[in-house]
Amino acid sequence: MTIELGVITPQTLHIEQPLTLSSGSILPRYDLIYETYGQLNASASNGILICHALSGDHHVAGLDANNKPGWWNDYIGPGKPIDTDHFFVVCSNNLGGCHGSTGPTTLNPETGKVYGPDFPIVTCRDWVNSQNELRKHLGINQWAALIGGSMGGMQVLQWAIDYPDKLQHAIVIAAAPKLSAQNIAFNEVARRAIMTDPDFHEGRFLEHKTVPKQGLAQARMLGHLTYLSDDMMGAKFGRERRKDELQYNYEVEFQVESYLRYQGEKFATTQNFDANTYLLMTKALDYFDPASEFDHDLSKTLAQTTAKFLVIAFTTDWRFAPARSHEIVKALLDNDTDVSYAEVESEHGHDAFLLRNEHYEGLFRAYMQRIISEITPLDPLIFLNQKADK
Amino acid sequence: MSQITPEFKLISEWIKPNSRVLDLGCGDGQLLQHLIDTYGVTGYGMEIDSFKNIQAIEKGLNVIQSDLNSHDLCDYFDKDSFDYVIMTQALQVVSRPDELLEDMLAIGKQIIITFPNFGHWRNRAQLLFKGHMPKTDTLPYHWYDTPNIHMCTFNDFEALCEEKDIEVVARTVVNAEHRRTLGMSIAPNWLGEVALYKVQRKTP
Repeated sequence: MTIELGVITPQTLHIEQPLTLSSGSILPRYDLIYETYGQLNASASNGILICHALSGDHHVAGLDANNKPGWWNDYIGPGKPIDTDHFFVVCSNNLGGCHGSTGPTTLNPETGKVYGPDFPIVTCRDWVNSQNELRKHLGINQWAALIGGSMGGMQVLQWAIDYPDKLQHAIVIAAAPKLSAQNIAFNEVARRAIMTDPDFHEGRFLEHKTVPKQGLAQARMLGHLTYLSDDMMGAKFGRERRKDELQYNYEVEFQVESYLRYQGEKFATTQNFDANTYLLMTKALDYFDPASEFDHDLSKTLAQTTAKFLVIAFTTDWRFAPARSHEIVKALLDNDTDVSYAEVESEHGHDAFLLRNEHYEGLFRAYMQRIISEITPLDPLIFLNQKADK
Repeated sequence: MSQITPEFKLISEWIKPNSRVLDLGCGDGQLLQHLIDTYGVTGYGMEIDSFKNIQAIEKGLNVIQSDLNSHDLCDYFDKDSFDYVIMTQALQVVSRPDELLEDMLAIGKQIIITFPNFGHWRNRAQLLFKGHMPKTDTLPYHWYDTPNIHMCTFNDFEALCEEKDIEVVARTVVNAEHRRTLGMSIAPNWLGEVALYKVQRKTP
């Protein structure tokens, strides 16, 4: 893999202005950690905000300090579909996260201890409101596009609803207008796994100098399972066993068990994902239902949006199946909104939105090219002026 | 202005400026783009093919990837959403042309449709004299690999319209080069190779 962007140093925005959350709680002050790639043009018209998924973070492209490539590095960089030669790309870690933005692992200024379970529950709207502070800080009046997959796609929808004049384009990938009962049920099982781990200590595990590794690993195993398709698991593992002879015990017998355990273990240990953050993120997903404020009418909900939309779904995604994207598209069509929709053929289930795929990339490139042509008419002069200033 | 096919040019003549259009099976979006550029129409294209979808998006068009056989037109669009619903050279490839026609009439005030005429004398002659399924310039496939699974003649189509209370507002019959001749106006179902129809629901 080529990492054209090199090592990226994240930045932190300290926001001193209190943030009133959907729950009514108030965060007196908070930090947002973010990375940027490419240059903001003089008219600040080429800004793109990427919204991350449940376990994602602000490190979306380039390398971090440990030389780890960003989670969407295949799609962001010079000459890539989201071309940093043209766009100024921004990605921030959501509030309540555990990778640098204020969240359960941050010190609570009032107590001097980590927030842990006392960190208030945040919603998609709270994330959008906090990211809007980042927008102002960066001097961007209007994003050229907001882009997000899965939970990030829902955040993009929330942006388009809450700040319609702050974005030109909304790219909503592998998302849904709200979670189904099944989606919520999966989240609840994951939460129960974490909360019933003896090391959870009602969320105060850090004070007990421990981590609910088992619960976290189980939550991740379950989550991971919902990201894959049956076909893809069949092709990758089938009923392949570790040993030729059946063992007749409860050790790992099938390769798929080994794979899932590894994924869970990796998440709970090396990735150091905070259990309280996992709980928070799943809750934010459960609560996401923008239409609930509009008589549960999604068409009415999206009537106030002014962005142009690209909606993308993947054929084998059953977590947020194409039918869920159809709901979004239908509501946009009801409003005569500019919208394109693509159903990308992939065997990779929900995970497909992170992976390389010819159709997906072609589509992305074509759409981003359209955005470039919208923002560039003035640019050659501006770039010349910028150079002259330096 | 971009180069467009003769068929698209004929269709354009039927479109009122600034109308709202849905193009089913829009391909790379050539017709839709032409209608937007020339007549200021707005609307959407629908296309199943991924590659053509990308080409349509490159043109800056709104295109919904969808299978015309999936019966989702009425899920996506409300009644009378469009002034025109256009479908070129696709009627004969869908699984239920009659049902699709009804869906199109539900969401569009008028429908513009084009298809090849199976009743053309060359087709009739090949079947009559050679005893083989016809192969012509407009129908170049073998019987076993043709995507045209529901061929019809102009008479068949008009009979279906009659049966379904559909009014034929306009009809243009042309040859494979999309030219009109005197013969075709006298015996269209013998001499016409391609037909363009503009139809609507009969007003009760």
